[in-house]
Amino acid sequence: MKLINEEGLRIDGRKFNELRPIRIEVGVLNRADGSAYIEWGGNKVLVAVYGPREAFPKHTQNPSRAIVNARYNMAAFSVDERKRPGPDRRAVEISKVIGEALECAVFTEQFPRTSIDVYIEVLQADAGTRIAGITAASVALVDAGIPMKDMVVGCAAGKIDGKVVLDLNKEEDNFGQADLPMAIIPRTQEIVLLQMDGNMTRDELDQAVELSKKAAMYISGIQKEALLAKYKSQEQEKEGESSE
Amino acid sequence: MERKIVLPGEEINLEGMKQGNGIYHENGKYYSYQMGVLQTYNSYANVIPLSGKYYPVRNDRVIGKVIDVAPSFWIMDIRGPYPGFLHINDTPWKNMDQDLNKILAVGDTVFGKVNEITESRQIWLSLKDAGLRKLEGGHILMVQPTKVSRIIGKGGSMVNTIKEVTGVKIQLGQNGVVWLDGPADKVMVVRKILKYIEKEAHTSGLTERVKKILEEKQVI
Repeated sequence: MKLINEEGLRIDGRKFNELRPIRIEVGVLNRADGSAYIEWGGNKVLVAVYGPREAFPKHTQNPSRAIVNARYNMAAFSVDERKRPGPDRRAVEISKVIGEALECAVFTEQFPRTSIDVYIEVLQADAGTRIAGITAASVALVDAGIPMKDMVVGCAAGKIDGKVVLDLNKEEDNFGQADLPMAIIPRTQEIVLLQMDGNMTRDELDQAVELSKKAAMYISGIQKEALLAKYKSQEQEKEGESSE
Repeated sequence: MERKIVLPGEEINLEGMKQGNGIYHENGKYYSYQMGVLQTYNSYANVIPLSGKYYPVRNDRVIGKVIDVAPSFWIMDIRGPYPGFLHINDTPWKNMDQDLNKILAVGDTVFGKVNEITESRQIWLSLKDAGLRKLEGGHILMVQPTKVSRIIGKGGSMVNTIKEVTGVKIQLGQNGVVWLDGPADKVMVVRKILKYIEKEAHTSGLTERVKKILEEKQVI
């Protein structure tokens, strides 16, 4: 399958360093302490955050800090072929790496013996759900008022038709040579999540990381806009009321 | 210092102010650690959070609900990261070998204060102070704990205005639980007003606006 045409454009018409459209909404759930919804290309992910609250079961409590409990879950209808519900090997792994990545940014030592629960529900999948999930999760954590160093941002790069490109979609992920999801803390440029599926040379890896880092800074801007929009929209409503 | 909304990781120029709440420092620079409004108070720069759970502070007045009864104390939900404990010796009641359920049962609500927070974050409540009691009857409303100070207003101006105009009894817990008592229609008005304040907490000139709404509502 040919993934890049003669003009250097990919099957969905993007350039090698172009992201899919991203839209984030904050505070979509009323019962959760914090929530966010993200649409990243064909991905639709809903995140709810609870806590800090007493960790259960009790043996999971850490007397010196909070634990960050992430649960990544794919809906049965999120993929073409029905996905068997419930955690599988892949979901358990992704939950673990997302939880650890978020933990890097959270001031866990402020809340000993508690847990911060992050529920990531993938409603529609189109490659790159874990980084869409982590990007929305850190927005939801901020919405829940949890103290953090900075907001974690996820972004992926990969290799298709021998070329390093940004943000693979489903076809590119399935028929490409490599996929490299990554999450960083934008302010310090620390990498908090890095996984790779497929093969890349060392130079290509460096290229991919650089590409993702640059894109992550842009996505970080979208996160901030989404959070500020929640309070701006209320102010605008008020202005509308007074003009009536 | 300019009043503005900051986000986690956003650098803050202290401009000679001291580091207050909601701010951390790293390599000689200062950053906010939560989403909130940057404000100065008594030469301290603080980030007042826009959302978040209730974090108990000693002597806070809180409204708690009994979730469990132990032989000599009650375990209460105070909407924080940890449960609150209320020992029989910190209440005006005597034990007299009787069942604690007869004094306070699961589901009962009290207006108490945070007496002590131990090193291991055990929160001990007390009912031994003026005005602290078991709450009977009335109506409970939950608001965001971070918005309670806005409901109180400067020196209690906001809550006193609402009390005066509507005649509804209001008991405010710092943990975001509000107890209301009075005629049902008036209580519903207060409910709406409090929800309005919660939504508009980060804007200015709120007390005046609330006054106006209250007057309009009373006329109807």
